[in-house]
Amino acid sequence: MSETIPAVAFYLLAFAALGGAVSMMATRNVVHATVWLLEVMLATAGIYLLLGAEFLALVQVLVYAGAVAVLTLFTVMLTLRRREDAVRPFPPAWGSLALASLFTGAVLLAIRGFCSVAPEMPAQAPGIEEFGIEMFTTWMVPFEIASLVLLVALIGAVWWTGGDDR
Amino acid sequence: MSPTLAVIIKLVSIIGLMLTNGVFMIYLLRKVLGHLHIRLGPMHVGPHGILQTMNDVIKLLTKEDLTPRLADKALFYLAPMIVFVPSFMAYLALPFSDTLKATSLETGLLFTLAALSVVPIGILLAGWSSGNKWGLLGGMRSAAMQIAYEVPLLLSVLPVVMLAGTTDLGRIVEAQAGVHLGFIPGWFIANPLLWPSFVIFVIASLIEVNQTPFDMSEAESELVAGFGTDYTAMKFGLIYLSEFSNTFIVSAIGVTLFFGGWLVPWIPMAWYDAVPVLAPTVFILKTYLGIVLMWWIRGTYPRVRIDQLMDLGWKRLIPAALVMIVLTGVVDKLIVPLVTGTVG
Repeated sequence: MSETIPAVAFYLLAFAALGGAVSMMATRNVVHATVWLLEVMLATAGIYLLLGAEFLALVQVLVYAGAVAVLTLFTVMLTLRRREDAVRPFPPAWGSLALASLFTGAVLLAIRGFCSVAPEMPAQAPGIEEFGIEMFTTWMVPFEIASLVLLVALIGAVWWTGGDDR
Repeated sequence: MSPTLAVIIKLVSIIGLMLTNGVFMIYLLRKVLGHLHIRLGPMHVGPHGILQTMNDVIKLLTKEDLTPRLADKALFYLAPMIVFVPSFMAYLALPFSDTLKATSLETGLLFTLAALSVVPIGILLAGWSSGNKWGLLGGMRSAAMQIAYEVPLLLSVLPVVMLAGTTDLGRIVEAQAGVHLGFIPGWFIANPLLWPSFVIFVIASLIEVNQTPFDMSEAESELVAGFGTDYTAMKFGLIYLSEFSNTFIVSAIGVTLFFGGWLVPWIPMAWYDAVPVLAPTVFILKTYLGIVLMWWIRGTYPRVRIDQLMDLGWKRLIPAALVMIVLTGVVDKLIVPLVTGTVG
């Protein structure tokens, strides 16, 4: 198969992801913003799929689209006291814009730095089995550290909401 | 046949299956619930009312398509799609037989569950966008339930994956071929280690498809029709079509994981090649048997309260599912090799 079809798919997905992100920032309705966020997550899953990372794409859908987006929508809807509150004013925050641009620049630099040390891409993406073995042998410690970080956040959230005696 | 044509044929047949399935399941539901309540169900259109659903489809297609004045128009139109499309996609990985399946994904089980996990977003949006309290309450309940029960659902299938050593649904079926002790089917349900996981799977999947006793999201006696209150005509049709098709899918997943998919125990493998329709027929019959059992539960138990449901999910089922994973790992990798003397 020629390179054209993946390229067309990539540009469509990339446009969907970036366009979704811009629309998310531009819309004044918080519920719509969450739906755009969901669209960005699904488009990203599509890009993973295009790269042959089937497992990553499915986990992206399952965790981000299936759980995080539902939770976000849920929280947004719980915190809206009236439906009209969904539409928020849009004050331009130039300071935040500058900070965001700086951060984007830093991330771009980091990615370019990483690209030079990244190993060659394999011809074929590894299947779920090789992925599991790699994850639980070579990357065992980072994996566990990541889960510890999440555990800290979890305990923090529980503490924050408070038990019966606080 | 060109690959593009093959893909188109597969997609069209899935849509065909979904629609036929929906029409048939509505009739079956009415009959099953009717007989459970010692009623007759539909009787007038055609013999034993078998054409009743045809009339209902025509009614759905010709009804006025209302949009409430306070509705969020864009999301109101989008929500039925978000409910319908994942439900359609979930069919792609189901193995109806060794060869009759749309795809043979290495991650088939994960794919199906990932597709189903998007459905609650559509339900939540349907509830919110219609701009009415019943809809919103129904949507919120549904989202809270599905977040709580997606975790036990995913965890309850892991022991099966661990024993089969794959998430490819076709290979999970193959792992269940053969018989134990000459007569017990090699199905995973025959393994007592998986019984608790199966119970968790059944509870979590009933919630995934909004079935009574867990149908708080549409609770007709409290919320009119919950998230679907303001939907009419074919948008309503799409939401309920996808609910029926999700019922089919979770039943099919249950059959694949625990009841040997398209396998019949005690017959030689060559028969499946000799009679190509055997395997799909067996699979569909088993799936419908699962659906009828789900409806039996639906017709028998009263609805539970949402806080009871949350307690059950977070405090009982999730820890239980985690314990079952650890136990399955210990038994499969430590005790079985020790007993059979194959430590290596």
